[in-house]
Amino acid sequence: MKSAVIVFPASNCDRDAQNALKQLTGKDPHMVWHGETDLPDVDLVVLPGGFSYGDYLRCGAMASQSNIVRAVKAHAERGGAVLGICNGFQVLTEMHLLPGALMRNADLKFVCRPVTMTVEETQSAFSRKYQSGQTVSFPVAHGDGNYFADDETLKRLEGENRVVFRYVEGDNPNGSANDIAGILNEKRNVLGLMPHPERVVDPLLGGTDGVAMFQGLIESLG
Amino acid sequence: MKARVFVTLKNGVLDPQGKAIGHALNGLGFGSVGEVRAGKVIDLELAETDEAKARENVKAMCEKLLANTVIEKYEIELKA
Repeated sequence: MKSAVIVFPASNCDRDAQNALKQLTGKDPHMVWHGETDLPDVDLVVLPGGFSYGDYLRCGAMASQSNIVRAVKAHAERGGAVLGICNGFQVLTEMHLLPGALMRNADLKFVCRPVTMTVEETQSAFSRKYQSGQTVSFPVAHGDGNYFADDETLKRLEGENRVVFRYVEGDNPNGSANDIAGILNEKRNVLGLMPHPERVVDPLLGGTDGVAMFQGLIESLG
Repeated sequence: MKARVFVTLKNGVLDPQGKAIGHALNGLGFGSVGEVRAGKVIDLELAETDEAKARENVKAMCEKLLANTVIEKYEIELKA
């Protein structure tokens, strides 16, 4: 699997994603600056966590207008895999590759801790190596992770089994609708999630629950 | 021509920031304050002099970048 990590000004989990990809694929991912207009030939694009463009205007809003995003959109439209983590999820909603929006956490606090989620859906490259109903723990670190979508969109996401990760009851860190932590696009080649799988790929980091996501991608994308 | 854009959360979308401001105002003794909604004001200077064209232009800016219409609505005020 060949991969690229997009680097925006004030991305701060790009190195985490790079390390995870290197460790699990054995290959260095391409680190692609936001000002570039073309993507290298890759199977997976990661939009990393951070505070792209200082979260100006809205989280992910400025990043969604950057040069490289047009290439990422074209990659997704060709069926290429895109993983948006945390700020990357916010960018994906601002790009309209995923529906809904990430709003300010309901209690207005920045939350930084491990959360427990259920794997709701295993029919995707991102989640095929998990067991349906399995509980996993990934860390979150965000101030704007409160997933919002209108009732019709929520119904559609649920009906099409596009909610891949859901915070377990009582562990929703941000007030997110339907306890949603991560969702797929319609074609199931784009996943956005607030928690950080790339930070739990080594026992030294405090957990390995994120490994299966990358293994699933490697298995699907070669 | 100058434009002022007001971006606010749509009705029905929870505004935790507004809520916190409301609580703080109540705490300061402004007990008569009910619901509070917070938003943004964006001022733009435009080279355009035709009001209709300017409005159309700013509307496109709102739809494309200034507001996220999933959660926000916007109002445009123009001044010559």
